[in-house]
This record gives sequence, C-alpha cells and structure tokens, in this order.
Amino acid sequence: MIGNDRLAVRKTYKLYVNGAFPRSESGRTYEVTDAKGHFLANVSRASRKDARDAVVAARAAFPKWSGATAYNRGQVLYRVAEVMEGRHVQFCEEVAAGEGLSSSRARAAVDAAIDRWVWYAGWTDKLASVLGGANPVAGPYFDFSLPEPTGVVAVLAPQQSSLLGLVSVLAPVLATGCTAVVVTSEQRPIPAVTLGEVLATSDVPGGVVNLLTGDAEELGPWLAEHADVDAVDLTGAPAGRAMEFEREAAGTIKRVVRPPVTEPDWTADPGLSRMTPFLETKTVWHPMGV
Amino acid sequence: MSTSTPPSPARPVFEYAPAPESRSIVSIAPSYGLFVDGEFVDGTGEPFKTVNPATEEVLTEVSAASEADVDRAVRAARRAFEKTWGPMRPADRGKYLFRIARLLQERAREFAVLESLDNGKPIRESRDVDVPLAAAHFFYHAGWADKLEHAGLGPAPKPLGVAGQVIPWNFPLLMLAWKVAPALATGNTVVLKPAETTPLTALLFAEVCRQADLPAGVVNIVTGAGDTGRAVVEHGDVDKVAFTGSTEVGRSIARAVAGTAKKLTLELGGKAANIVFDDAPIDQAVEGIVQGIFFNQGHVCCAGSRLLVQESIHDEVIASLQRRIGTLRVGDPLDKNTDIGAINSAEQLARIRELSDIGEAEGAQRWQPACDLPAKGYWFPPTVFTDVSPAHRIARDEVFGPVLSVLTFRTPDEAVAKANNSTYGLSAGIWSEKGSRILKIADQLRAGVVWANTFNKFDPTSPFGGYKQSGYGREGGRHGLAAYLKGNDQ
Repeated sequence: MIGNDRLAVRKTYKLYVNGAFPRSESGRTYEVTDAKGHFLANVSRASRKDARDAVVAARAAFPKWSGATAYNRGQVLYRVAEVMEGRHVQFCEEVAAGEGLSSSRARAAVDAAIDRWVWYAGWTDKLASVLGGANPVAGPYFDFSLPEPTGVVAVLAPQQSSLLGLVSVLAPVLATGCTAVVVTSEQRPIPAVTLGEVLATSDVPGGVVNLLTGDAEELGPWLAEHADVDAVDLTGAPAGRAMEFEREAAGTIKRVVRPPVTEPDWTADPGLSRMTPFLETKTVWHPMGV
Repeated sequence: MSTSTPPSPARPVFEYAPAPESRSIVSIAPSYGLFVDGEFVDGTGEPFKTVNPATEEVLTEVSAASEADVDRAVRAARRAFEKTWGPMRPADRGKYLFRIARLLQERAREFAVLESLDNGKPIRESRDVDVPLAAAHFFYHAGWADKLEHAGLGPAPKPLGVAGQVIPWNFPLLMLAWKVAPALATGNTVVLKPAETTPLTALLFAEVCRQADLPAGVVNIVTGAGDTGRAVVEHGDVDKVAFTGSTEVGRSIARAVAGTAKKLTLELGGKAANIVFDDAPIDQAVEGIVQGIFFNQGHVCCAGSRLLVQESIHDEVIASLQRRIGTLRVGDPLDKNTDIGAINSAEQLARIRELSDIGEAEGAQRWQPACDLPAKGYWFPPTVFTDVSPAHRIARDEVFGPVLSVLTFRTPDEAVAKANNSTYGLSAGIWSEKGSRILKIADQLRAGVVWANTFNKFDPTSPFGGYKQSGYGREGGRHGLAAYLKGNDQ
C-alpha cells in the first residue's frame, strides 16, 4: 500500500447499493484498524435507512436476476471469479491486514474464496436437475417439482473470515437466483468493499448484491423484521442477539438460517446446505389426455 | 358488469332419494383418553366434548392433555426413539408402516364415517379422498424407510429424534398421515396433537397402531386445545416441530422455537388465485372452480378462493358457474349424494359470516343459490362475490369457507400481478388451452403448488407447501423427507 517515494492515493470506503457506491445517508463513518490496531480506513457506517434502500434495490433486481437463464447466471458468477483473480494481490493484502494472517495463509484464504465462487458459479444450472424432478402421482397427470429462488435474502456475514466467509455466504444466495443485502464483518469490512468493486465490474446487475458496512447489531433487527425480505442468514449475528432476530423474522414467516455456535471452518465442503434454505419448491400439475 | 347476459335457462333439478351411509360401522365410546406410551390413559386437563357439526349432537367426551401429560408423552417418545424405533432395522420400520397402510385400507369405511361425523365433510370426500390418501401416504413412506440413503439428502441421513406435531381440523386423518408417515419412515417418534374439534379419527388411528403392534411410544396422541399444542411445541425435549394451521398461530410457533435447535416446518394459510383465461375450456374450468372452492366446504388452505377471470368471458363464466352451483346439494354429510357438508364449528361459521358481511359492506355483490339448509347444525351456503376489488378483505383474508371472490383481469401480466398480490403463496390454478401460456404463468406465480387445468389434487409423491407467509418446508415426495432428517433444509 505504501509506495517508495510516492504518496499513495487512498480510497474512500463507501457502501455498495443498487450498483452505486454511496456514502451512508447518515453521514456516519467508523474507524477500521488492522489486526495490530493501526489505522486502515474510515468506513461508512450504514444506517437503517441505508438498509431499507438496499432492500428496495434488491427487490427491484430480483425479477431480472431470477428470470435470467441458469446458464447466464452461471457465466456472470464465473465472471466475478475472473475479476476477483485480477485483484488477487489486493485481496491478499487486505485479508492479511484485517485478519492478522501471514501472507501465505492470507493467500490460501483468497485462493479458497475465488475457488468457492467458481464452485457456486457451476451450480446454477445443476440445481433444478438435482433438486427437482417428476413426481409419479397416482392419476393421469404430469406432475413436476422445481426449485425456485425465495426472493430477497438479508445476510449477516461472518465477523471473522472477511473474504472466504463472506463469499461462502453470499455466492450461494446468488447461485440460487436470489438477491442479497449483506451486512459485512464490522471490524474487517475492507475485503467486502473491494468485492463490491469486483461485482460492479462483473456484469452482475445493480441491486443484485448490496453490501452494507456497519454493525449487524444495529441493522440486524430492521432486516429481520422487514416485510420485503424473504429470508435471513444470521451467521454473523452478534452473540446473544440471534434469538431476538429470529423472533423478528417470524412476523412475516421468513426463512431463517440460524448462526453456528462458533464461526465454522469455511474451507470445509459446504454441500447444498447454503443454497437449499433459499430455495422454494414449486410443484406443477397438468392433466394428461387427448 | 355487463347486463347483456341472458337469464339462466331453468334447469330441471332432479329429486334424489336420500342415500345415507350407515353409521352403525362406528362405535363411539362415551369418553376417550390420550394415547401415550402405547396405552390409552386419562388426561389431567379439563375434558372437552366433540360434536357432530351437522346436528350439534355431542359425540363423546375427550381428555385434554395437560403440560404434565405432554411431558409424559414426550418422554415415552424419547424412550421409544432411543430403545426401539431408532435402533430398529429400517426395513422393519418400513414393514410397520406397510401394516398401518393396510389397516387403514381394511378399516377405511369406519374411518370415513367417523371422519364425516366428527368433521362434517361429505362421506363422498372422506370415503374417496381423505381415507384413501391417508393410506397412500403410509404406503408411500413405508417404502422410503430402508432407502433414505438414496433420497439425495446425504449419504447417511439421520433422524432428528422426537417430533411434536400439531394438525388442523379440516382433514383430520389425512393431516395426521402427512405428519406421522414421513416422521416414522425417517426414524423419528412422534407426539401428535389433533385439533380439538376433530380428535376422533386420530384416536381410532391409535387403535390401528395397537393392531399393527407398533412399539409403545413411537406414536403418542395428545388431545386438547391451544394450551396442549403450546406444551407440545415448547417442550424442551422435542427436536422437531411440524405445524399445519393458521398463519397467525404459525407466527407464534416460529417465535416460540426461535433460539432453540428445533427444526421447524409450517404449512399455513392461503388465498389461492384460480386464473381463467379466455381460451379456457369453460365447462371444465367451471368444474375446476367448483372443486377449487367448495371441496371440503372450502375448509382448505389451498382452496381456489380468488377467481381471476379474463374480462371478456366474465359474464359467461359467472352465468355458467351459478347454474352449476345451483345443482350442488348441501346437507347431511353421511348422504352419498351430498356435495357440501357442514361447517366444522360454530366458531368457524361465525368467521365465515363475519367476512361475508364485510364483503357486502365493502361493496362486493353477494350471490347464493336458493338452498334449504338443515335446521340444526352449522351451515353456510355456497357463496360467490362479484365486483370484488383487490383491496377488499374477502380478496385478501383467508375465509376458510365456501366463499368465492371473483376479480377480473385483461392481460396475462395483470393476472400474474393480481395473483401474486397476496401475503400468501400456497397454491394457484391456471385454466387455458395454450401450453406455452400455462408454463409461462406457472413460472411467474409465487406459489408452492400450481394446478393447470385441474385443482385440489394431492398425492404422497408430490411435494406440497407454501411460498411467503403460507409457510416453509414441503410435505410429500422426496422433498418432504428433508423435514425429518438432520442437516437438510431442503
């Protein structure tokens, strides 16, 4: 980040909402440091209003994203991985600084994050075959079931794993065809801001992903109770608050992913466990006859 | 709407002699206890009476399970899970379920008559739909018991443990089958609470479990009202909660299990759009509309309660519908000619009346056929509201009765927008002769079950469940197994 005799041009860290990079409407920022406590950036602290704007953007983006062909969605998500690869060095520096990792461990985390994104990109056009099918009903009907995206998913991203953890909760939401409002790790938000820049240049339509830097404790309740949010992933919910968020979510019968007791090892094979909670099964019947 | 429709031609109404099914096949005891740990025992709650809604005759008195009774049932279920049912060879679990399916078939007439007596539904439906489908659910799931590793739900799927299940009064035995069969097939044990107005077929099912020699504690039936249900849902040693009923109660259950490790599936209310396009076969569509809303007196969460008719055929469809409704026979549920039986309870009747009155007060036009209703019992005639606006309560709230709200549309986009304009998303219907249109509209509807050129069809192989506030999780098919296995949120 520091040039030899050249003064670096620093970045302003902003939110990523509806394909643009606004500051928080509240005008608030907070100081983010590296693992050793050195100043890294003043990051936007998203407000309730920012969260609501993000939900509006995610809802508006849903018909196009969910209506795209699975092949198209897969290509767009693969493109994200391609652009991430181009930012590999930057991601490594940011992950190393934020998480206090050695450069080799940071590189492993970034490698895994990009590979995970590729893995999910390849799922878009497999889900219907794996999760859907024909049902042999006892009558003259053709009956089939297909998975469909549930809609807008609010994600409280993991607090520790700032890139691999974030990718592990965000990419599956997108692979299903849902759109996302993500509250990033509060203390380690910088890779998420960079990921927003990747998404903005990867053919992902604006509004499909909205990244809010800030406090899950502050934003969680609003997203959990928001009537235009269909599902909440509470993975990064602050300790002791998840039950309250889940209760809020019950008001509109949201699909809820409960938080793990401790943050899991994100390198483990996730299987389908992070996609199926955001998929609905639709069953269609039609008579057979001549 | 247009006044150019010619008046309906008078149709001959055939006189039918009554053809009542004999109730002698059932013997109802003066009182019933709970079924806990393989025994019928008295509950320690306040006993309650269950009545025949067609006559208001008290059928019997039933024990109510207190919190302590529920606790005993859960402990029995836990013991059975650990000692007998859990360790049992999967193939043997399957054999028990096959036995139960066969016993239900053997005693089908008894179940059908008892269901119609306690619930008020026509014997034609309990005999031809409820009971055969309940048996089919057990038969279907019996086969899964030793094939779960092939269900695509992981290499070695594991049961959750004790399932607490709360079911409604509209399909008492069938909802029991939807809950109990997949739970047992996947190796769980159950504590089930039937609805307080329809406990009798669940108690007869307990007798079937005894005839099948099902090990004690695998199935426990705790009768009672809301407090008993709450005790089941909130019990600390229940691993899984499955509920079918109103969205309001579903919300409170979701709140109650928040912060626990309990797995939850909810099958809640609906306000299904039944969409009729101008190229639909009108006569078939009219049959489907009738089947959609008047099946089981409209006490169906997936009932086609919002008819969306393309404007150009509105008058023709309504005239035809009214003619058809004029031939429906409302009355004695045990009469094999009966199309529409009794409303299940005085409470439900009051709700149907209230919402219908609100419909009229808000400006919709009420139509009911001339129809003689029995003097005693709870009855409501088939009812059609026209001139309904999407903002009317009868277009938004679930009536859960034989009340159809008719709205119109001009374009397919408008039909989809109106159909999806609901907090519910359980089911929908499409009537059109154009295949590509059906597939496109089916794709755009936010509903868990879409019936095209048919309605209200059910099958154990076919996943059922809602989008949005109609709940989550599926019942039936491969998908339904996930609700009772660890680690699968499918």
